[in-house]
Amino acid sequence: MHVPDGFLDPATSLTTGVLAAGTVALALKRARTELDDRTAPLAGLTAAFVFAGQMVNFPIAAGTSGHLIGAVLTAVLVGPWTAVLCMTAVLLVQAVLFADGGLTALGTNITLMGLLAVVVGYGVFRGLAAVLPRTRAGVLTATGGAAFLSVPAAALAFVLLFALGGTVDVPVGTVASAMAGVHLLIGLGEAAITVAVVGAVLAVRPDLVHGARGLRTAATLEDRRPTAAGAAR
Amino acid sequence: MSRRGRTLWLVGLLLALVVAGGVSWYASSSPDGLEHAAEQAGFSHRAEDSATADSPFADYLVDGEENRLSAGVAGVVGVVVTLGLAGSVTWVVRRRSTSSGRR
Repeated sequence: MHVPDGFLDPATSLTTGVLAAGTVALALKRARTELDDRTAPLAGLTAAFVFAGQMVNFPIAAGTSGHLIGAVLTAVLVGPWTAVLCMTAVLLVQAVLFADGGLTALGTNITLMGLLAVVVGYGVFRGLAAVLPRTRAGVLTATGGAAFLSVPAAALAFVLLFALGGTVDVPVGTVASAMAGVHLLIGLGEAAITVAVVGAVLAVRPDLVHGARGLRTAATLEDRRPTAAGAAR
Repeated sequence: MSRRGRTLWLVGLLLALVVAGGVSWYASSSPDGLEHAAEQAGFSHRAEDSATADSPFADYLVDGEENRLSAGVAGVVGVVVTLGLAGSVTWVVRRRSTSSGRR
């Protein structure tokens, strides 16, 4: 999914660069509400984990591969604003150190994978979590659905950017149909990895999972006020 | 950090190092979704080499050497640098704990 230099014209790259910079600046302020002494170490680790996960391309149909994006994984584990910071760190390291994703395309890649995939993914997660049971299975189902959709959403956003500022005049429908199928398949891989990782953390430290705060509150109330909880039953 | 929190953190870090430093060698080298789509739609020729293409770690290898050690070292470096960058940013912006008994 990493956009190289040369796909988008300078005006589009500049626009996404400004958008990315503004979002990161805002996230630096807002992430504070999600991070404390307990959760901050998990945020750094999650970014490192996403970097590792993105290295492992898995094969999908027709000689094509895909890899984890990790936006929903990060947003559910440590919160959406923190996810913007973590994804930006991953994409910055990849672009600067590993020549993966262009430098002039860094703003585009942050916009697609660090902003759009987080916003859409976390929005879907919250929407699904609101209607699903407040159980571990409910949280994981919402996580999987959100992770799946985050990939075609980011792919579609690239199609729109290419329609606006692509360096080759290709009909938008051609780009869209070339992107759609493979990214739906990659979304399945994204969902599988994301559910496995969030499920593992939920199993050992549900209290650390940002997206499971509803569950934590219930557990904490029972732990701390057994009499009140008992009386309420 | 609590003892269980520390265990989780260390296991997670170990997993990231093993994935980036070892498992990644077996990753599929087929074009990814975007590269595939760019070929199909006819704009893949516009991809340019990154300005950082001469980085010693370009393409997740050390000095471009295609072997398991080179790929492993590049992966481990990436995990450590990402952890350092994201870890320090999130640590700096976190809410400081105000209750005196917490530390």
